[in-house]
Amino acid sequence: MAQGILVFIEQRNGRIRKASLEALSEAIRKAKLVGGDVSAAILGDGVQALTAEIVKYNPAKIYCTESAELKEYATESYADVLSEIIKKADPRFVFAANTALSRDLIPRVATRFDAPCISDAVDISVNDNSLEVTKPIYSAKASGKFAFNNPISFVTLRPNVFAAEPASNGSQPVIENVAAPPLNVRAKVTETHAATGTKIELSEASIVVSGGRGIKGPENWGVLQNLCDVLGAALGASRAVVDAGWIDHQHQVGQTGKTVSPQLYIACGISGAMQHLAGMSSSKVIVAINKDADAPIFKLATYSVVGDVLEIVPKIAEEVKRINEN
Amino acid sequence: MKIAVCVKAVPDTETKVAIGADKKDIDRTGVRYIASPYDEFAIEEAIRLKEKLGGETVGFSLGGNEAVDVLRDALARGLDSAVHLKDDLFNNLDPLSTAKALAAAIADGGFDLILCGQQGVGGDNNQVPAILAELLKLPQATVVVKLEIDGPKFKAEREIEGAHEMVEGTLPAVISAQKGLNEPRYPSIKGVMAARRKEITTKDAAALGVKDAIESSKAKVRIVEFSLPPSRPQGKKIEGDAASQAKELVQLLRNEARVI
Repeated sequence: MAQGILVFIEQRNGRIRKASLEALSEAIRKAKLVGGDVSAAILGDGVQALTAEIVKYNPAKIYCTESAELKEYATESYADVLSEIIKKADPRFVFAANTALSRDLIPRVATRFDAPCISDAVDISVNDNSLEVTKPIYSAKASGKFAFNNPISFVTLRPNVFAAEPASNGSQPVIENVAAPPLNVRAKVTETHAATGTKIELSEASIVVSGGRGIKGPENWGVLQNLCDVLGAALGASRAVVDAGWIDHQHQVGQTGKTVSPQLYIACGISGAMQHLAGMSSSKVIVAINKDADAPIFKLATYSVVGDVLEIVPKIAEEVKRINEN
Repeated sequence: MKIAVCVKAVPDTETKVAIGADKKDIDRTGVRYIASPYDEFAIEEAIRLKEKLGGETVGFSLGGNEAVDVLRDALARGLDSAVHLKDDLFNNLDPLSTAKALAAAIADGGFDLILCGQQGVGGDNNQVPAILAELLKLPQATVVVKLEIDGPKFKAEREIEGAHEMVEGTLPAVISAQKGLNEPRYPSIKGVMAARRKEITTKDAAALGVKDAIESSKAKVRIVEFSLPPSRPQGKKIEGDAASQAKELVQLLRNEARVI
């Protein structure tokens, strides 16, 4: 019978995604309760060198497929290889981080096993020797808890929610090289353009500073970017300012944008429309800065600051800088 | 060019969500339905491609009577015809089962392109387009913000974290639409009138030949319960002038919340 958890480790340009290590850590915590070993799967070009990073988390086994053909992500080649590894590992559960790549890949792979998949998990619990997965539904206005009844099931985990904990000690995992099957790719990536001005990726940032109408105009992004720089934060935006053309859609947080769960979310001049809250309400600490004391964002805020964003934000940046320098 | 468009009727995004008595669904009393916002980009793209390249557009929607309204609206915008997938078995379907029904309806239609929204608002799974592509054995490009069709090939720009990826592939293919792909039009009065005469075919699980397949996949995942998210604890209001507010906030973030 299938047992244990296989974790798909995503890498891009030779770097393992932090969210994948979070998924791996969660798998190790849960495998203790549902039984079986945890294995990791990594594929790409030059990924052998990355296994050292995975070893720190102490899975029992690492499946590694090295191929120049896997240098660029393509749905079909990755699906072929990952399916091959899953057949070998025969796990009861497959975990992956809920990233752009996984959203494209994992449902397709799950389908090959006629298996259920729950995406964007924010909590995983154990009941009756199986996993129960909780995910936000209806734009985070509700949560749904789901249970599986299948020999193999897939879960994708929301980045920044589960702790990544390297193992303090442990044995050396077995590394098994899996040869890539003959690959047939009908849709492939020809170019990648990094978005302009994106310094830290929103969905994985531990601090997000977001701007809305209250910043008064696109010429004032610098004020927020400066705070981002001193905090090591990613820059977000409300739908209103994206629709107004003040900033690229890549930065939008909310229902038709990105979902973020940082440790700290600073909403600057954002009133807090339902569709914005859908993208950030699971943030651990929320700071709202708005001159309208009745803005709905204050209902969610851990710390509420009523005032002018353009006046207060530079002072916050100065204060953080002053403390960092001392 | 023959284009299939998958549309999902979802509760209006402004709906105040309450949990149903059995905790297995939301309370649907008085809920107004709309096409999932991303599906509007898919519908618009289909209409634009037909305007440019000619051909035929067919909408597909799975669900109860709310699906008919959403399909009628898509016809008013300009789709040629529609198929409503309706069966008691289709209530509260998981993504795999939903895609099985859609795949069965689309498979033998001779479609060159299958367009979907990148996410059905509500379930928020982002799964159906990729599952559909796998079931139909077609290439895919998901979360697409720009699409070009050139003969038997497509070129799509997709959104990933911090970057855009250009994907080239062959048709037929499944493409899922992201905000930014186009500006959806509103139905015109003429369109609304024309939509009344357009055909909506209804198909059930037996007609689609998916009864056993869906009964099997439906049993693989179970809703334990739906709940409302816990309310956040009462926050702290920081008073004073800008300088003292900034100072106090930074102190609280460092020493109380310990997040910076």
